[in-house]
Amino acid sequence: MQWEAVIGLEIHTQLATKTKIFSGSSTTFGAEPNSQASIIDLAMPGTLPVLNKQALEMAIQFGLAVHSEIPAITTFDRKNYFYPDLPKGYQTTQMAAPIVGRGYLDIALENGGTKRIAIHHAHLEEDAGKSLHEDFQGMTGVDLNRAGTPLIEIVTEPEMSSAKEAVAFLKSIHSIITYLGISDGNMAEGSMRCDANVSVRPKGQEKLGNRCEIKNVNSFRFVEKAINYEIQRQIEILEDGGRIAQQTRLYDPDLDETRAMRSKEDANDYRYFPCPDLLPIAVDPAYVQQLKDALPELPEQKRQRFTEQLGLSEYDAGVLSSSRPLAEYFDKVAELSGDAKLAANWVSGELSAQLNRDAIEIDQAAITPEQLAGLLQRVKDDTVSSGAAKQVFAALWAKEGQTADEIIETKGLKQVTDTGAIEALVDEVLAKNTAQVEQYRAAEPDKRGKMVGFFVGQIMKASKGTANPKAVNELLAKKLNG
Amino acid sequence: MLDLSLTQMAQGLAERKFSSVELTQAFLQRIQIINPQLNAFITVTEQEALEAAKAADAQIAAGKATPLTGIPIAHKDLFCTEGIKTSCGSKMLDNFIAPYDASVVAKLKNAGAVSLGKTNLDEFAMGSSNESSFYGSVKNPWDTQAVAGGSSGGSAAAVAARLVPAATGTDTGGSIRQPAAFCGITGLKPTYGRVSRWGMVAYASSMDQAGPMARSAEDCALLLEQMAGFDERDSTSLDHPVPDYLSQLGTSLQGMTLGMPKEYFADDLSPQTAERIQAAIKELEKLGASVKEISLPLTRMAIPAYYVISPAEASSNLSRFDGVRYGYRCENPVDLEDLYKRSRSEAFGEEVKRRILIGTYALSEGFYDAYYNKAQQIRRLIAEDFQTAFQSVDLIVAPTTPNPAFDLGSNSIDPVQMYLGDIYTLGVNLAGLPAISVPVGQINQRPVGMQLIGNHFSEAKLLNAAHQFQQATDHHLQKPQLT
Repeated sequence: MQWEAVIGLEIHTQLATKTKIFSGSSTTFGAEPNSQASIIDLAMPGTLPVLNKQALEMAIQFGLAVHSEIPAITTFDRKNYFYPDLPKGYQTTQMAAPIVGRGYLDIALENGGTKRIAIHHAHLEEDAGKSLHEDFQGMTGVDLNRAGTPLIEIVTEPEMSSAKEAVAFLKSIHSIITYLGISDGNMAEGSMRCDANVSVRPKGQEKLGNRCEIKNVNSFRFVEKAINYEIQRQIEILEDGGRIAQQTRLYDPDLDETRAMRSKEDANDYRYFPCPDLLPIAVDPAYVQQLKDALPELPEQKRQRFTEQLGLSEYDAGVLSSSRPLAEYFDKVAELSGDAKLAANWVSGELSAQLNRDAIEIDQAAITPEQLAGLLQRVKDDTVSSGAAKQVFAALWAKEGQTADEIIETKGLKQVTDTGAIEALVDEVLAKNTAQVEQYRAAEPDKRGKMVGFFVGQIMKASKGTANPKAVNELLAKKLNG
Repeated sequence: MLDLSLTQMAQGLAERKFSSVELTQAFLQRIQIINPQLNAFITVTEQEALEAAKAADAQIAAGKATPLTGIPIAHKDLFCTEGIKTSCGSKMLDNFIAPYDASVVAKLKNAGAVSLGKTNLDEFAMGSSNESSFYGSVKNPWDTQAVAGGSSGGSAAAVAARLVPAATGTDTGGSIRQPAAFCGITGLKPTYGRVSRWGMVAYASSMDQAGPMARSAEDCALLLEQMAGFDERDSTSLDHPVPDYLSQLGTSLQGMTLGMPKEYFADDLSPQTAERIQAAIKELEKLGASVKEISLPLTRMAIPAYYVISPAEASSNLSRFDGVRYGYRCENPVDLEDLYKRSRSEAFGEEVKRRILIGTYALSEGFYDAYYNKAQQIRRLIAEDFQTAFQSVDLIVAPTTPNPAFDLGSNSIDPVQMYLGDIYTLGVNLAGLPAISVPVGQINQRPVGMQLIGNHFSEAKLLNAAHQFQQATDHHLQKPQLT
């Protein structure tokens, strides 16, 4: 039988507010346990929550970026359950009237097309603390530094049909939240976590199969692997005539498998009800409009501008718009150099390769967009050959000079277009390599093309890359075939 | 000295007739002698009080006195007090030293008041008799066989017995007004949001409200002025200017219309109580007020609505008492579930457990609409009924309770019987309105309270009406005989 997977995601994203959602405590990651837990975070008797306006604002920005409705009134609810890292015995969250209503996001498919994934809603809530099981023999430690960190939980409709689509969606969300600057999106530190609801059904069937929820997967790769594993697991059970038990499952990256955590039967009754400590919030439409007007250009819009206005390929546009700092770097280089395609080649080529070699991010690049643009202008006006340009790039990266011009000058990398000078080099190389010249002349014409490369290489080397390759080729052809 | 009003005390201090230390010592001595009979205090902070009194005297000497400088007060043990046990009347918090001051505590401290200690209450403010306290019931100073009322029974008894001239209370369903009525004192429940809830341990957050309890409306006015005001730490606190209540106490009642809700004078009301209330209403008429009958048709529905909403909120509010971070923890828990179950089972009393269970049930999947939602609908209708009434009357006049204080132990078998006694106070909390209870006489040595209910933020009007009444009568000056 042909099977079809149905996937929905719940993505928890920590918001990059300075302070917690309901208290003034700092949200910095990695501090001494419980050093960032105030009396509110500790749920001391008599303490009360006050909503962090910045968290609300970031949630609205997110909503606007995914084409969601922002309701006129939003409310907070309590989700009641007992756990040591949940100090109040309830989580303050949103259920009845979340701040972000229905929206959507278009994801790019592998076949080049796009698919629209509906977002059911997104809501604000507080993160729990952490239970620490190591270091405490037979006991559990509780660190409440994270308790009260603002989260938005993004809930999609079950509209993805493969692990690849789910990852594409997740990456789009990641790119949007980092573009907006509302989250660092760091999955390893848990600032972005993903639960996946997975079910399978015979292809063509409308009714959904029983689903399993895979909890807290913490990298794009694991999301893909966990979903693929889960789809396969469910298909195998169904093909053996079994039934899928509705469960919450945990992904184990070491074994690459999902394991049952709890079944639907032991699900908590969370007894949601409106939080009486927080009054309903009226969201001023003028305020929402103001936020909308101030939204930065988002990945999708950037990608579109890169292809339609700058003439980049879909691929380059996709790569360069994937992160905001990269896109902004590129934009600057393109503007200053006056050649978007050249800028795209260098940013996604030489520069990205260098970043990868140094294992650093674009904002740590040793070359400024101004420096790179300066170099590209010299490439454009043929002052340097592309080979020499790479040397200039390396020198700029190594801080051997301030500008491309300075380096070209001091290193003598200016392209030689003077045919007399090049001819002298050609003659010199041919004279030194008489054997190769004879071989060349004896070879069949179709083999000769390859052999020319040898001479070009030698000449370029002799010129330290400054000889104009076009002139070299022309002169060589004339002399060899002479 | 013990019978002076707060204004007279301030005057006496200003004129150096006595010092704050002397005043404080006088009350502390009285507490030492009388409290064992009443059990009104859980904690007496003698040393801290004397230090604060000394500081107050220095301030008075320096000419820097504020209205409450050097005046003794007490706090219901539901308000967090930094460095001092805050028990909430529960075994759960018997070992709990609060790390901070409640807003009300800090405000009164800043106003110069000298706190003598923490008063007894029903466990977590759940009860109408003060019998649910882990520290034992409070006895009514008028008749020690009778309850002092609840949940602010300790504050009411202490004020009535002259153990302290004024005290703070909290009122979620009548917890200031009912014990004030039972003990023959004056107690004001302000508009919801008038006084900050920061640091006041939550019972039912949407109704909890702190207020003053004293021997007269004038004293309550003085106290409320210092307690009230916007607090950014409480999102339900309202940013509404605090008037000078004291200066508004001289207004005549001429031309004022009082509404008598017929439902508050129906079969539930005992004939003797009705008589005292009617007599008091006659006094108000003599002062120039006109009285008309009105209807608050959903009065009886306030009981089920309140006893669904408040336990629902309480069941969630009290979840934090889990034995993990503070408070009681059972011995040798074998695992997490055991820790939770035994800590909570061993440290919560019967009434608290009952309300947690009721509230948990009411919020459960499948029951939510039938109970919680329905109760909220009733709540809205009750609030609307009050608004309709206030279109034709300035204030509502009613009994505070159907009967005077009942005997200790008499309602312990049937909690519902006790809930029914809250019929006249609950509607006010559901609607978020202010109301004041003033003494209007006695039945067999047990005081009777009359309630005046106003629209939102009408505290000044309520205090003035009560003050006018007290200027013309002497019920509030009666005191229990205790030796």
